[in-house]
Amino acid sequence: MTTDPREQSGFSFGEAIAKPVRFVMDLIDPPLRFLQRTTGIGGMATFFLLPNMLIFGIFVLLPFFINFAYSMTGGTALFLPDRTFVGTDQYARLFDCSNYLDANSCAEDTFWTAVGNTAWFVLLQVTLMIVVSLVTALILNRDLRARSFWRAVFFFPVLLSPVVVGLIWKWILQRQGLLNFGLYSLGFEPHVWLNDRSWSFAAAVGVSIWAHMGFYTLILLAGLQAIPRDLYEAAEMDGTKPTRVFLRITLPLLAPNLLVVIVLVLIRAVQIFDEVYVLTGGGPGTSTLFLTQYIYETGFAAQLRNPGLAAAASILMGAVLVVLTLLQLSLSRSGEKKGGRK
Amino acid sequence: MIKTSTMLAAFAVGLLASTAAMAGDVRIMWYSDGVEGEVLKDLLDRFMKENPGINVILDNVAYGVVREQLPVQLEAGDGPDIARVTNLKAMSQHWLDLRPLVADASYWDKNFGGQADWMRPDGTNQISGFMTQITLTGGFANKTLFDQAGVALPPKDATWDDWAKAAKQVADSQQVSFAMALDRSGHRLTGPNLSYGSNYIGADGKPAPLDEGAKNFITKFVGWVTDGTMSKDVWVSAAGSTYRAAADDFINGQLVYYYSGSWQVPNFSTKIGTNFDWVATGSPCGPANCTGMPGGAGLVAVKYTKNPKEVAKVMDYLAREDIVKEFSERTLFLPAHKGLLEKGLDFKTDDQQAKAALNNFVTSTSSLSDIAQKLPGWYWSDTYYGALVTRVSQAAAGELNLEEAFARIDADIATKVKDSGR
Repeated sequence: MTTDPREQSGFSFGEAIAKPVRFVMDLIDPPLRFLQRTTGIGGMATFFLLPNMLIFGIFVLLPFFINFAYSMTGGTALFLPDRTFVGTDQYARLFDCSNYLDANSCAEDTFWTAVGNTAWFVLLQVTLMIVVSLVTALILNRDLRARSFWRAVFFFPVLLSPVVVGLIWKWILQRQGLLNFGLYSLGFEPHVWLNDRSWSFAAAVGVSIWAHMGFYTLILLAGLQAIPRDLYEAAEMDGTKPTRVFLRITLPLLAPNLLVVIVLVLIRAVQIFDEVYVLTGGGPGTSTLFLTQYIYETGFAAQLRNPGLAAAASILMGAVLVVLTLLQLSLSRSGEKKGGRK
Repeated sequence: MIKTSTMLAAFAVGLLASTAAMAGDVRIMWYSDGVEGEVLKDLLDRFMKENPGINVILDNVAYGVVREQLPVQLEAGDGPDIARVTNLKAMSQHWLDLRPLVADASYWDKNFGGQADWMRPDGTNQISGFMTQITLTGGFANKTLFDQAGVALPPKDATWDDWAKAAKQVADSQQVSFAMALDRSGHRLTGPNLSYGSNYIGADGKPAPLDEGAKNFITKFVGWVTDGTMSKDVWVSAAGSTYRAAADDFINGQLVYYYSGSWQVPNFSTKIGTNFDWVATGSPCGPANCTGMPGGAGLVAVKYTKNPKEVAKVMDYLAREDIVKEFSERTLFLPAHKGLLEKGLDFKTDDQQAKAALNNFVTSTSSLSDIAQKLPGWYWSDTYYGALVTRVSQAAAGELNLEEAFARIDADIATKVKDSGR
């Protein structure tokens, strides 16, 4: 004897959902069967991948080729058909330097300043980001009180728009900002952080770490939680030192996650723009002018914009990113092979 | 089946109705610095009551949209029917010639002819639109700080050196962050450059290399930034040609002397109120003259419009003397309308400081040099301004010495001229 009123009335929620789904499946089944018979299993895979490949082709590959075409053109006209073909002139202009270590000796000095600044930024930011994210993940992986709260605290800045991040830190660091107010209240001399070349660069690095570390911490935390607990218990029973546990268990087993983080941080660092643009505008002088801002200024913001030069610079930036990513992937593969041999 | 047919028919009628409405639509792309968007909306509502067949849609956008997105739309042969624009000459090939469409072209020539060349292709007599406001660069002094320091305000014909000396004295005495500030803009730097005898326009109409006049003022200016007389926050704080103003520092009483322009008057009137006394000083003098730089925003018709007759009607209405008078008096903008300027205006404000400042700027229009009047209609102005800002700020930040900065300015401009193929 049934007591569920829904069953008594003959209503089933699961059945209500299943019916239309079954109807749709019945509808598409005959053509799909026909397709499989005609093209085989391989053809079906292509069929299912096609929509994604189309989207990728239209929104990623096509713009890439258009961008490359732009980089081979000159003039100030905006649309490709109106532009003059100049071959590799834009690349030659970017590389026209008597000394690559001295931006002032280059025809496009601001490009090389931006390259130098970006290289420094990547080196500092990627290193610090990985160290800080890893340390945070290790701490959050412990049995802390209110652990969920602390995880949320570290993740919160990731949810903020980069413009908001830039503005918040500008209000803190500017001449009459919160930091100087605090220093003044404590009897210290205020400092104009954003007018100081070293401090503004440090601020750019620090702010970008603050804004994004939560995301990378989360990836590393997921990796840490996937490491079997019994490995740690065995190490503890053997009386292994914590440093050795970290180096011999945690780090090797976290390597796949760490690699993902390194690639993502690296790409993000080379592309740095939004929050730093709001925070420092690339100043003081050109001390925080990074490659993406150079491309933006050249292609969009300057009077008499030069889309060809901006496109050439972005192709070079993309090439560097591809090389770095491939290098890391090959390093990780060789690491895996070595691990396998052992 | 009948239901579906009915729905399709209704959809078709709706589509036709909306197309018919679009035939009378006039879309305006507008940006606001203050209350002018609200004033314009009010004026347009009245226009639509008088002309029920024309539907004017006012798109209020950020200035950045006009500066960065409008050129792209225009290059694609698209965009609004009318737009409020500042870089009028550089995009003049996209403006509609209103001459055959307006009710009385002679009225336009007589009253707006002075600035018509700023917005039309070289060598034509096209009527592209009119200036919604004429601006003039000039200085503002915090009179209360001068009074408290016991330093007299420099006289009307005071030089840049006189103002720097007096402002420094006041800043030191009153413990103010900076004595002077000048907006991070090539247009703003050009006023003093011209007062030092500079001329950007070469004999062939193309940009001339930076001359002694400009070099002399820039040398002085960089020295002031380096020794802290001029605000570092404005010029050193960004790269490229990014615009930075020091209006907030002046409003907060942290600046003794601020070189900006007439468009700041409504802003100061609203935000400073009775906090302190301020005065407009006109442009300080250099060895050659005491000129400021004219400029402003123009309302232009776009030639890709589908409704040119309706556009001309809207433009005729907005250019009417009584409408320009009301717009200017309510927004506290200096009008471009010649007849109106001769008759005078009664700015709608109780703020006597603002009224005095506006009158000061009206008077200062008489001290504009010939070259200052030519520059807004010169195709290469913005190219020159961009190079000036980028390189002078690098010199002020200590990245380039002055000779390197001067060489870079010339090289940047030469490259742009070459790139443009003109």
